[in-house]
Amino acid sequence: MTSAVHHHAAPRGFLRTHVFSVDHKVIGRQYLDLALVAVVTGMVLSWLMRLHLAWPETPIPGLGKLSPNGAAGGVITPEYYLSLMTMHGTIMVFFVLTTAPFAGFGNYFLPIQIGAEDMAFPRINMMSFWVTLVAFLVLISAFFVSDGPALSGWTAYAPLSAVGKDAGPGQGTGQTLWAVSIALFCVAQLLGSLNFIVTTLDLRAKGMSLARMPLSTWAWFITAVIGLIAFAVLMPACILLLLDRLAGTSFFIPAGLVISDRLQPHSGGSPLLWQHLFWFFGHPEVYIAILPGFGIISHVLPAFARKPLLGPRVFIVCLIAIAFLSYTVWGHHMFLSGMNPFSATLFSVPTLIITIPATIVTLLWIGTVYGAKLRLATPALFCLGFISVFVSGGISGFFLAQPSIDTYLHGTYFVVGHFHFVMGVAAMFGIFAGIYFWFPKMFGRMMSETLGKWHFWLTFIGVYGVFMPMHFIGLAGNVRRYAAFTDDYLKPLVPVHKFMTIAALLTGAAQLIFLFNLIRSRIRGARATDNPWQATTLEWSTASPPPFDNFGGRPPVVARGPQEYGASGAAGGDGGSDDYVMQAAPDR
Amino acid sequence: MTTVVARPPAPPPAVPTPTATERPQPKPARTGVLVGIAAISMSFAAFTSALVVRQGASPDWQHFRLPTILYFNTLLLVASSFTLETCRRRQPPGRPWLYLTLAFGLLFVLGQVLAWRNLAGQGLFLATSPSSAFFYIFTALHGLHLLGGVAGLLYALHRLNRAPGPAGAATLGAAALYWHFMAVLWLYLLALLALRI
Amino acid sequence: MGKLFAVVVAIIALVSAAIFALHIWWLPPDISAHGVRIDRQLSETMVSSGILFVLAQLALALFVWQASGTTRGIKTFPGGATPMVVLALVLVGAEILVLTFVGSKVWASIYQTPPDPNSLQIEVQAEQFAFYFRYAGADGKFGAMHPELMNDANENFFGLDPANDSTARDDIVVGSLTIPVNHPILLQLHAKDVNHAFYVPELRIQQDFVPGMVIPLHFTATKTGKYEIVCTQLCGLGHYNMRAYVEVLPQDQFDQWLKVKAAQQ
Repeated sequence: MTSAVHHHAAPRGFLRTHVFSVDHKVIGRQYLDLALVAVVTGMVLSWLMRLHLAWPETPIPGLGKLSPNGAAGGVITPEYYLSLMTMHGTIMVFFVLTTAPFAGFGNYFLPIQIGAEDMAFPRINMMSFWVTLVAFLVLISAFFVSDGPALSGWTAYAPLSAVGKDAGPGQGTGQTLWAVSIALFCVAQLLGSLNFIVTTLDLRAKGMSLARMPLSTWAWFITAVIGLIAFAVLMPACILLLLDRLAGTSFFIPAGLVISDRLQPHSGGSPLLWQHLFWFFGHPEVYIAILPGFGIISHVLPAFARKPLLGPRVFIVCLIAIAFLSYTVWGHHMFLSGMNPFSATLFSVPTLIITIPATIVTLLWIGTVYGAKLRLATPALFCLGFISVFVSGGISGFFLAQPSIDTYLHGTYFVVGHFHFVMGVAAMFGIFAGIYFWFPKMFGRMMSETLGKWHFWLTFIGVYGVFMPMHFIGLAGNVRRYAAFTDDYLKPLVPVHKFMTIAALLTGAAQLIFLFNLIRSRIRGARATDNPWQATTLEWSTASPPPFDNFGGRPPVVARGPQEYGASGAAGGDGGSDDYVMQAAPDR
Repeated sequence: MTTVVARPPAPPPAVPTPTATERPQPKPARTGVLVGIAAISMSFAAFTSALVVRQGASPDWQHFRLPTILYFNTLLLVASSFTLETCRRRQPPGRPWLYLTLAFGLLFVLGQVLAWRNLAGQGLFLATSPSSAFFYIFTALHGLHLLGGVAGLLYALHRLNRAPGPAGAATLGAAALYWHFMAVLWLYLLALLALRI
Repeated sequence: MGKLFAVVVAIIALVSAAIFALHIWWLPPDISAHGVRIDRQLSETMVSSGILFVLAQLALALFVWQASGTTRGIKTFPGGATPMVVLALVLVGAEILVLTFVGSKVWASIYQTPPDPNSLQIEVQAEQFAFYFRYAGADGKFGAMHPELMNDANENFFGLDPANDSTARDDIVVGSLTIPVNHPILLQLHAKDVNHAFYVPELRIQQDFVPGMVIPLHFTATKTGKYEIVCTQLCGLGHYNMRAYVEVLPQDQFDQWLKVKAAQQ
C-alpha cells in the first residue's frame, strides 16, 4: 500500500510556512504554543484563587488595576473568585489537557510514527487549529465584558447557566461567551478526531500493521475515537443551552423559578437533562485528557529502561476497555443529583470495574521498571513521577466511586484532590515527559538536563504538597467552590489552605525554570542528532527537525515492532549501541 | 502556492500488486465520511434523548400535525439518492444526473423552509412549545448538514472535471455515501417527528 | 538520582498513609442513625486502598532503586504481563466485589428505603443564598406553595397564601432547622431558583436541591447539639455563605419549642 493520497509540495512564503500551514508539524506546534499560553493563564488564575483562599482580605498587588470590577482595591469579590475558578477549569480542561497531549503531540508525531507524509486531510487539520484558537479568544474575551466571566464552574449546571443575568454576575454575556467558545471547541475537536482516525487507518507505511504501531499512536487513535463520540454530544448540549439563554426555549429550565425576585418566563425543562448530557461528554473527556499521557509514558519509558513495555498487547486491550467503559460511568458525577438512587448503584458498578484496566496498566509500567537499566534523564524522571502521581490520583477514585461514601465526600476538597492528581498532575507529567523527550526532534536542539532535573524535583515534591492535603481536608468535610471559609467548622482548616497556597506558589515558580529551559534551549541548546535517546520508532529515523514531508520523499518500510530494546547482538540504527533495533531498519 | 486541486492532473499512483499480506488501496475520503457519519449520528442521538427526556419532564408538550410538504420533500430526497446512484453507475459519471441530484437536494431544503413558514403561520415558533422547538432544531440541523452534502458533491464535481479517473470517482463515491446517509438520517428524523411531535 | 527518587517516593507514600491512618484530619463524630454504616464503609475502603497505595508506591520505589546504576542485565518481570493481569483481577476485583456488595446495601438503606411513617415532616426551601424551613403546624398540613407570591422582603419564603388557603395559616416558617433527637425526620427539598444542596457532615447526609423537583431526604439524629447545614452545589456568588443551623433538641424541649412557635403564627 502507498500513502499516495496526496503529496503536498514544500510551502513557500512566511505565512504559508509558519502561520497558515497545512503541515501537521506546524499545526502541532501551534497547538502546543496555544496550550502553553493557556496553561500560564490557567496557572495564574489558580494562584489568584489560592491567594484569596488563604488570605481573603489581603489585597493582591496590581490586581485592582487589572480588574477594577472583580477585585476593587486588589481584594477579590466572591463572584470574581467563582469566575476565576470557572475560567481556570475551562481553560485547563479544554485548552491545556485536551489540546497539548492530543492535538499538540498527536498532530506532530502520529503521522511520523506511522510513516506518513502528513495527516489525511491537511486543510481540515489547519482549520481545526484556527477554530480552536478562535474558541480560546472567545472564552478569554469574557474577562473584558462588563459583568465578567461566567461563575457557574466549568460544569455550567443549569438553571444557573441557563436563565441569564438574573442568576448573578457573569451569567449574562459571560456565560453566553462560554457556551459559544465550547461549541466552537467541539467543532475543532471533531475535525481533529476525524483526521487522527482516518490517518491511522489509511495512511500507515508499508509494514506498519496496527500491531506494530507505537503505543503512543494507539493512545492517540483511541483518544480520537473517544473524542469523536464525546464532543458529538457536548455540542448539542451547548446548542440547547444557548437556545435556552437566547431564544426563550426551556430545555433545562423548569417552571416557577423565582430569581432576583423575578418569576422566570420558562417552564417544563429539566436541569438533570443538562447534567446527563454534560457528563456523558464529561467523563470520557477526562480519559481524553489522560490517555495520551498513558501512551506517552508507555512510549518514552522503554527508551530509558532499555526494555520494552511489559505486555504491550495487554496495554492496548486495556486502553480499549477503558475507552468503552468510559461511556458507561457518567452517572457517578450525579449520585446525589436527584436522579433515581437506584441509578447510582448501577453507575457505580462500571465505575469500579474501570479501575481494573487502570490498575493493570499501572502494574505494567511498574513491571517495566523491574529489571530495567534506567537511564535517568529528565523524560524518564517524569515517566516515573507520572506512575507515582497516577497511583495517588487513582486510589482516591475508589472512594468516590461508591455512592455510600460519596454521600459524605461529594462536593468536598477530596474530589478536588482526586481530579487534580489525575488531571492536573499526572496528565501534566505526561505532557512534560513528551516535551523533554521530543524537544530535540522538534527543534533540533537538546534541553538542559540540569534545569530539567531541577524542574522535575521541585514540581514532583511541590504537587504532593499542593494536592495531597486536599484529601485530608476533604475528609474533614471542607466544601469545594467556596470563595471563603466562614463556616465555624471550616475555620480550623484555614492553616492547611495557607500551606497549600504556599506550596502552589512555589511549585508555580518552579515552572519558570521549565519556561527558561524551553526558551534558552531553542536558542542555545546543544545540537541534537537524529536519535539522541537511541530510541526505535520512526520519528527517530528522520532528521531533527524532520523535513516538511517527514521522510525526504522516501517513506520508510517497517520491519518490526516499536520497542525492540534490549535486543542483544543487533546492529543499532545509527551504530551507537547494540541494545536496540530501529523499527525502520532493514531486516537482517 | 500549489494546492492539491490546482496542480495539473497527477498520474495515478503506482499501486503495488496486492499480495496475501497487503491490504487493498485505502480510501481516506470514504473512511473520513464514515467517521463523520458516526459523529453526526451521535449528535442526533443526543438530541433524540433530549427530546425524549424533555417530553417526559413536563405535560406542556403541544402536539401538532406535521406540515404535509414534509412528505413531498422526503420523496425528493429519496429520489435524489437514486439519481446520484444513476450518475455513478455511468462511465464516466453522468453529469446531468448529478445536476438533478443537486437540484433535488436544494429543492428539499427549500421545501423545508416552506414547512417552517407553514408552522409559523400556525403560530408555532422556536420557543412556543418544546415540540416546535425540536421540530425546528432537527430540521434546521439536518438541512445544514445536507447543504454540507451539496458542497461535497460540488467538490466531487470539481475534482471530476479536473482529474477524471479513479481519484475523481473515489471522491464522488465518498460524497455519495454522505448523501445517502443524509437521506437515511432524514427518514429516521421523519419517523421520530411523526411519532413524537 | 534513581535512588533519590525511590527514597522520596517511599517517604511521600508512608507519610501520606500515616496522616490518613492517624486520622489527623478526619470526619467529625457521627450523630446519625445510619452514619455508622458509612463510616465503616469508608474505613474499609481506606484500609484496602491504603494498602494498595503503599504497596504500589513502594514497589515502584524498590524497582527504581534496583534499576538505577546497575550493571546487571535486563530482566523481564517473571511471568510477563500475566501476573499483573491476575493481580489486578483478583486483588482489585475482589475488593470491588466486596465494596459494591456491601456498599450498595448501605446506600439503599439511606436513599432507597421509604421513610418511617412516624417521621416528622419538614419542608426545606433553598434559595440564593439561604435555607428556610417549614413545619406543618397544628393542622398537620402544609399550605400550597405559589412561586408568584414568593417574596423575601415580606418574608414569604414559601410563597404561601394564608388569606385564601386555610392550611397555610398555621405553617411555621423559620430560618434554622430544629428537630427532636432520636426521632425520624423527613425533609422535602424545594429549590426556588437554581441547584443547591443540603449537607451536614455530622449527619452523614447530603442531597442536591433541583428546581422543578421535590426531593425527599430522611434521617434520624442521635445526639443533641447545634450543627451547620452548608450548601455544596454551586449556586452563585453567595454560595460560600449559604448556611443554616440544625439544632437537635431532646424531645420535650423540641415539643416546647414547637408550641412556642405555633403560638407565634
